[in-house]
Amino acid sequence: MNRRALLLAPAALLGAAMLGTAAYLQLRPTEDDGGTGVASIGGPFRLAAVRRDVSDTEFRGRFMLVYFGYTRCPDACPTALQDIANALDMLAPEARSRVAVLFITIDPEHDTPAVVQDYVSAFDIPITALSGTLEQVAAAARAYRVYYAKHQKPGGTYDMDHSSIIYLMDKQGRFIGNFTHETPPQAIAAKLRTAMG
Amino acid sequence: MNPSPLSFATSRRAALLALCLIALVPHPLTAQPAPAAPVRADQPWARATAPSQSVGGAYVTLTSPVSDRLLGGSSPVAGRVELHEMRMDGAIMRMRELGEGLPLPANTPVAFAPGGYHLMLVDLKQPLVAGQTVQVTLRFQNAPPLDLVLPIAPVGAPGPHAHK
Repeated sequence: MNRRALLLAPAALLGAAMLGTAAYLQLRPTEDDGGTGVASIGGPFRLAAVRRDVSDTEFRGRFMLVYFGYTRCPDACPTALQDIANALDMLAPEARSRVAVLFITIDPEHDTPAVVQDYVSAFDIPITALSGTLEQVAAAARAYRVYYAKHQKPGGTYDMDHSSIIYLMDKQGRFIGNFTHETPPQAIAAKLRTAMG
Repeated sequence: MNPSPLSFATSRRAALLALCLIALVPHPLTAQPAPAAPVRADQPWARATAPSQSVGGAYVTLTSPVSDRLLGGSSPVAGRVELHEMRMDGAIMRMRELGEGLPLPANTPVAFAPGGYHLMLVDLKQPLVAGQTVQVTLRFQNAPPLDLVLPIAPVGAPGPHAHK
């Protein structure tokens, strides 16, 4: 490594750490939820699927399972999506059709709509794969209180840190529960059945 | 050599310094460890990837009979193989490359498994297809390289024998 790179590397790492901290401070859950007692998670978003824009309103009338991740995540993300697939398998087909599964990338620089679409096709349930501009993704993540940060590595590559949370939203798009990639599919299915009444 | 007489303290310091320097020089007896002990690999497996996915995760449990260190690996289907640690910090998933490799204490199985360590196959040249196998060679500090043939499990499989 040359001297210049040696000097720059710590600066780049420090920069990444500061950005991460800033993102965390901005995205961490706040106390104020308007006094309703309902956590204000979720809300409007406008994102990009292959050849079309997608907004939250098109899922009204269906329950939503929303997960933010990225395609170069070999561990938590496939586990979460497989958990969801397994949970939906436990539901009757009619109930299954009332649930929309959304995978939203937090790495839109790499994960174009086509890349995320291809990624979710590996799972045998229909998943709406969403990307967007950096701003669109940041706005959606902010609405869902999702933390993510780029961790720059020497050589120009990077890893992403991100909240690994599966959000369950009701037919009006309101938050009713959440899981992680470690939640057993049975528990996700049970919560869905209860929510559907 | 310095011909001037040395005080007792100075010469003792010099002797210590000399000893330290000798310790740094590879010694024929220590530089080449006796026939390196091979590392045992159990339950190797990899996760299938989507066609456009550029990385894949692979897992194995390694047991070395002597203290050693896993330094890295390679695979004919990947640009490179990295060692990663995934850990949860509350609900936040953090993934880091293990730049210094991973210590393998003597006779202690070190498991690569979802939710912990994984081998990251980066810049895949072809997708990892469930039902097929993938070749990975692991490199150690002392042990000879280890060639693995990993069966590929479905994309979200929690382990090598999952059929969903």
